[in-house]
Amino acid sequence: MDIETIINFSLLTLLALTVIVLIRMKSLLAIALSSGVYSFLSAGLFVAMDAVDVAFTEAAVGAGITTILLLGTIAITGREQTVSKHKRFLPIAVITITGAALIYGTLDMPLYGDANAPIHTHVAPHYLTQSSEEIGIPNVVTSVLASYRGYDTLGEVAVIFTAAVGVLLLLGKTAKRGVRKQ
Amino acid sequence: MNLRSSLILREVCRLVIPAVMLFALYVQFHGEYGPGGGFQAGVIFAAAVILYALVYGRQKAQRILPTETVRYFIAAGVLLYTGVGVATMLLGGNFLDYDVLLQGHQQAQHLGIFLIELGVGITVGTVMIAIFYTLDEFCE
Repeated sequence: MDIETIINFSLLTLLALTVIVLIRMKSLLAIALSSGVYSFLSAGLFVAMDAVDVAFTEAAVGAGITTILLLGTIAITGREQTVSKHKRFLPIAVITITGAALIYGTLDMPLYGDANAPIHTHVAPHYLTQSSEEIGIPNVVTSVLASYRGYDTLGEVAVIFTAAVGVLLLLGKTAKRGVRKQ
Repeated sequence: MNLRSSLILREVCRLVIPAVMLFALYVQFHGEYGPGGGFQAGVIFAAAVILYALVYGRQKAQRILPTETVRYFIAAGVLLYTGVGVATMLLGGNFLDYDVLLQGHQQAQHLGIFLIELGVGITVGTVMIAIFYTLDEFCE
C-alpha cells in the first residue's frame, strides 16, 4: 500500500467514526461541533485528491462558518434534541431502501481514478490544455469557475443572496429606526 | 454569544484578526494563481469579523461595520457581477463575454475574472456577516 491509500483509508475511517458518533449524540451543541470535524476531515480528503480549491472551501465554509451559524441557531432554539416517541420501523425501512438504491446507482459509475471516465474525456482535457492560452491564468479552477462557466457562478452568487434575503426576512429586524433618523 | 471575559482571548484575537483579514485579501486577489477565489476570501473575511464580534461583542463590531452597510454590500456584490455581464452586452458581446472589455484577449479575461471574483467575495462575505448579526440579534 502506498502512502496515499493509507491516508485515504484513515481519513475515510475517521469520517465513518464521526458519523457514528454524530448519530449517537443527543446534545445539539456537540453535534454542531462534530459536524465541523466531519467537514474538516472531508477537506483533508479533498486535499488528498488534489482538489485544493474544494478543500479550501470545505474547510472555510463547512468547518468554519457553518459551525458558527449552527451554534447561533442552537442558541435560539435550544441545546437538547427532543426524543421522538414514534415507532422506528418506518424510518429505518425508508432509509434502508433509499440507501440500497443509492448504492445500486453507484455500481454503474466509473472507478475512482479511472482515466477513461467520461468526466475526464469530455471538456476537461480542453480546459487543462487550452485554458492557459485562452484565459491566461494558471489556476484552471478559477478559469472554469469565473470565465468558461461564469454564468453558473452567477447562479451560485444569486443562491447565496437569496439565502441571506430569506434569513433577513424571517429573523431580521427592520432598519426603520436608522433610516428615519438620517 | 460573547466571550468578552477572557483577557488572553482578547489579546490573541487582537493579533490574529488583522492577519486573517490580510489573508482574505490575499486569497481574493491571488485566486487566479493559487487555490481560492471570491467564495473563500469572502468567508475568511466574514470569519474575521465574526471572531471580532464574538470576542469584543456584536455592538462593537456593528460600530465598525453597521448592519445597513452590510446589507447594501450584499446587493452590491451581485450588482457588480451582473453589471459586468450587462456591460459586456452593451459593448456588443454576449452576457459575461469578457473579451469586449479590453483590447487584449487575455487582459480582458483577467479584468473580467477580477471583477466578478470581487463581486462574489463582497456578496459571500457580507451575507455571512449579515446572517451572523441577525442570529445574534435574535438571541437577545
